[in-house]
Amino acid sequence: MTAYIIRRLFVAVPTLVILIVVCFYLMQAAPGGPFTSERPLPPQVLANIEARYGLDQPLWKQMWDYLVGIVTRFDFGPSFAYKDRDVNDVIAQGFPVTLTYGAISFVVATLVGVSLGVAAAIRHNTWLDYIAVGATFSAQALPNFVMAPILVIVFTWQLGWLPGGGWNGGQWQYVVMPVIALSTSYMASIARITRSSMLETLNSNFIRTARAKGLPERTVIWRHAMKPTMLPVVSYLGPTFVAMITGSVVIDIYFSTGGIGRAYVDSALNRDYAVMLGVTILYGGLTVLFNLVADIAYAWLDPKIRY
Amino acid sequence: MVHDTAQSERIIEALAEGEAVQGRSLWQDARRRFFQNRAATGALICLGLVVLFTIVGPVFAQWSNEEIDWARMGDIATEGRPSIETGHYFGLDELGRDLYARTIQATRTSLIVGVIGAFVAVIIGTLYGAISGFVGGWVDNLMMRTVDILISIPYMFIIILLMVMFERSFFMLFVGIGVVSWLDMSRIVRGQTLSLKNREFVEAAKAAGVGWFKIILRHIVPNLLGIVVVYATLLVPLMILVESFISFLGLGVQEPNTSLGALISEGAGTVIYGTLWQLGYPLFFFLATIISLFFVGDGLRDALDPKDR
Amino acid sequence: MTFKPRFLAATLLATTIAAGPILAAEMHPVTGEPLAEDQTFVYRQLDEFSSVDPQVVEDVDGSNVVRDLFEGLMNQDAEGNLVPGVATGYTLSDDKMTYTFTLRDNAKWSNGDPVVAGDFVYAWKRAVNPELASPYSWFMELMSIENAAAIIAGEMEIDALGVSAPDDRTLVVKLTKPLPYFPQMVTHATTFPVNPAVVEAFGAEWTKPENIVSNGAYVLTEHIPNERSVREKNPMYWDADNVIIERTVALVINDENTALTRYLAGELDRTEVPAGQFPRLQKDYPEEAISFPRLCNYYYTFNLSDTGPEAFKDVRVRKALALAVDRKIITENILAGGQPEAYTFTPAATAGFEVPDIEMAAMSQAERDEQARELLAEAGYGPDNPLTFDMIYNTSEAHKKIAVAMSQMWKQKLGVEATLANMEWKTFLEVRGNQDFELARGAWCGDYNEASTFLDLLTTPSGYNDGKYSNAMVDELMASAATADDTQSIYTEVEQVIAEEMPIIPIYHYAGVYMMDSDVGGWPVNNVEQNWYSKDLYKIAE
Repeated sequence: MTAYIIRRLFVAVPTLVILIVVCFYLMQAAPGGPFTSERPLPPQVLANIEARYGLDQPLWKQMWDYLVGIVTRFDFGPSFAYKDRDVNDVIAQGFPVTLTYGAISFVVATLVGVSLGVAAAIRHNTWLDYIAVGATFSAQALPNFVMAPILVIVFTWQLGWLPGGGWNGGQWQYVVMPVIALSTSYMASIARITRSSMLETLNSNFIRTARAKGLPERTVIWRHAMKPTMLPVVSYLGPTFVAMITGSVVIDIYFSTGGIGRAYVDSALNRDYAVMLGVTILYGGLTVLFNLVADIAYAWLDPKIRY
Repeated sequence: MVHDTAQSERIIEALAEGEAVQGRSLWQDARRRFFQNRAATGALICLGLVVLFTIVGPVFAQWSNEEIDWARMGDIATEGRPSIETGHYFGLDELGRDLYARTIQATRTSLIVGVIGAFVAVIIGTLYGAISGFVGGWVDNLMMRTVDILISIPYMFIIILLMVMFERSFFMLFVGIGVVSWLDMSRIVRGQTLSLKNREFVEAAKAAGVGWFKIILRHIVPNLLGIVVVYATLLVPLMILVESFISFLGLGVQEPNTSLGALISEGAGTVIYGTLWQLGYPLFFFLATIISLFFVGDGLRDALDPKDR
Repeated sequence: MTFKPRFLAATLLATTIAAGPILAAEMHPVTGEPLAEDQTFVYRQLDEFSSVDPQVVEDVDGSNVVRDLFEGLMNQDAEGNLVPGVATGYTLSDDKMTYTFTLRDNAKWSNGDPVVAGDFVYAWKRAVNPELASPYSWFMELMSIENAAAIIAGEMEIDALGVSAPDDRTLVVKLTKPLPYFPQMVTHATTFPVNPAVVEAFGAEWTKPENIVSNGAYVLTEHIPNERSVREKNPMYWDADNVIIERTVALVINDENTALTRYLAGELDRTEVPAGQFPRLQKDYPEEAISFPRLCNYYYTFNLSDTGPEAFKDVRVRKALALAVDRKIITENILAGGQPEAYTFTPAATAGFEVPDIEMAAMSQAERDEQARELLAEAGYGPDNPLTFDMIYNTSEAHKKIAVAMSQMWKQKLGVEATLANMEWKTFLEVRGNQDFELARGAWCGDYNEASTFLDLLTTPSGYNDGKYSNAMVDELMASAATADDTQSIYTEVEQVIAEEMPIIPIYHYAGVYMMDSDVGGWPVNNVEQNWYSKDLYKIAE
């Protein structure tokens, strides 16, 4: 197992390097540059700026310098659009925010989703099951850019219960709406997967055997059915966790949370190359890491798998 | 699912009958199972109605999807309400255009977008996965490592780049998104191919000297069709959701055309001004389409793969 | 235009705030209005600002912050007139090329250091330093400061810049040519001083709230990018006794509808009104919905370069399209925020600019449509040979609505097929800048309050002339305007040439359309450039 983990981590490094190189070149293909502005800069001013940020160098050189900067100084470069900050600042400020509400959303989505899925499966073909299925399909289909403004209208304007946005260091009142908006659709997916997986498990022979032995239903479900049920759920949770702590631009826009999702989209729209690349590396790294975590969890749950 | 017990009985029945019922193909079986699933059948009917609406609906429209009702555009909140008299059955959008005609056109766009995106993803994913699995060896290794790398590129990065580069051509944009959505498909297909490639009929074809690409097309892919169809059906709603996100960023289909994503994104913004119909009607069609597709996809999976639950 | 008389009165009075110190904390010294206990002003800003470094900042939101944190030689009052800032006044040499500013002796940095002329010299040299590579270094060039252009080009030493400090209280600026609006330009953020010791000590980190030292009425105390920034009253400010607002908070809220929801929930004192919603809001909140003219225009430009379509080379086609745009529908039904219809390039709100008589402006829309049809038919376009072209605009709800409405007007009245293309901002700029378009949206906000800031855009050498309109007469007239005494007649003539040749289609001129809490006093609605200072605002007790 340990050897497997080390081997996987070892493969991750070239993966990330290739990722950087690919993204570096892809980025340059987008029309316009970081200093394309409404008022075209005089050529001399533009030349000064490009010289300052090394953009006058050939691409391969820029990329080499970039990689060297990361390896030797852990320096991911400056931000072109927000000149008071560099990429490390942007990530250091935005990622903890996203991580906080993403992780809370993840826990909420998993707990509620799994409970709902299990409940629906146990009460298979009852009204609870039908409602759960209908609700999860709707929740999964409802885009959060519809839900977010409506949450603000209801909870901030009409009821006056919660602040309409901001982060304020992560005080709970500010976290509630982002978590609701972010977790709902994932919760629905988790509930669906759990439900169908649980149904399948409950129909399998070993559960029938367990029931035939006269074990109480509660024991059958928690002792025997739960572990195999979680297998497909866990393989879904890995990528989901990454998606939740990263793909949150809608949340950041509507709730002004200052998270990394907004910074990422902004960097792309601003052609803020270094920020875009920095966040891409962060995302890529997290993807690799949590796919590995999911695989390990999978192995733990499924005794058939051996590495 | 609703049909569960019935289904298991059927399977047992079918097993008992053994080879007695000859000529009944996998597909006939699947169709029968599918139509015994009430939820999936209902969803299919609902989806049919939505499609029918996009075809028949324009007959009743009194306005085109781009015409502005100049007389009423000044006061949408009161004069733009849904009304039979004015001919605006679904009311007006923020600019004074007929929401009925726009919803029809938007539903059509979203469906086309979903289908094209899913189609591209499925074609590439199937061929890639089948080749990788069938050829095996270092080719397989290389192809799958490539997929690993591509999968770690954030989806957002790709979406943003594509929309920046292809925004003048909506069709291209969706070909582009389809192109990056094939990764999961290729993994699934490769797995299936691995289990198929040592089967007798493949061996037979090999022995007969059929070329490897021909074997893939003639023998492997047809046997993968079940899983491909299921995956494609589930991919269509995802594509529609992706499109709605791009529309939310303001970079979707070009005016005067629109999509359901664009309409609900606009509608969600104006809820505060009391023009609920601008969100309500498009959202209804959006949800109806996506939920139906989910149910149909689930139903197809159950029907084509009876041992999966 | 829908001025709120109450506001007008308030701002007129507020201009004289500096006259006397506050006698009682509960009462406004000039207007006598009772002041609220909590003097916090919260406003919405669309995006994160680019920087709070005066020499680096390049966006409007950032400039608003920098104007509070730093004080330049001169300030603007609520009308946009020049009032003393760090300088008490200036003298101009006889050749009109040397300005001598006298600095006040009680100006201090927030760390207690006195503000000296050397700080300005340091800051201005910093602005042109190729090493800092300020995106606004061209502004120093525009100010015509001696040797600025050569220094930016790297051909001269930075110390050669035509600015010097004979003593701590005197700043001498040498220009390369007389520039009548030079004093107005020193209200711009790029010219604000920085504290050399602090900049040297912290380098790029000096603008962080924990490091920053500023000389304005406020200091930056908190800055969380994409969420909020807070500036608090600077006790060291020379006029701190007259500063009433204790705290100004800028919240970044990207979505304008959500911003409005939060305004209605009482979280904000000021937010922008989304296009088309003003009448509804004015009815429900008559005290709070305000609108006033601004110094910006909005137009569509024809591509007249070689890559442009043949059809647009025909002035009759251009005129027909311009005539058929029903500006009343755009300003009253789509924007509905009190924006004036535009028939000239220069907004009427521009100082010293009188709107010339333009034939088109005097016609009724029916007459315009009639003439448009005739012109287009003359040019050879009709049902059997319909005119078709692409028009591009950048992503925005309001731009989209206007573009759609225009294309529909043309389609219905003239049978013209305009294909719309919405583009993301940078792509749009790239496409427009490369003349890779047929008809493109454009807009411009005046750099300074004078008609040349607009009309220069239509001269041949202008970098922003994306339609590549070129007319020798316009070039000549605008060149002569720089030094002429009577500029009005020149600008009138230029506007008439433009109306005759129609290289652009003027659509409307901007208005500032806000929801402003009725307890906010002193907002400079008459400052068309909207250069506002928190120190001039106050909160009235309710």
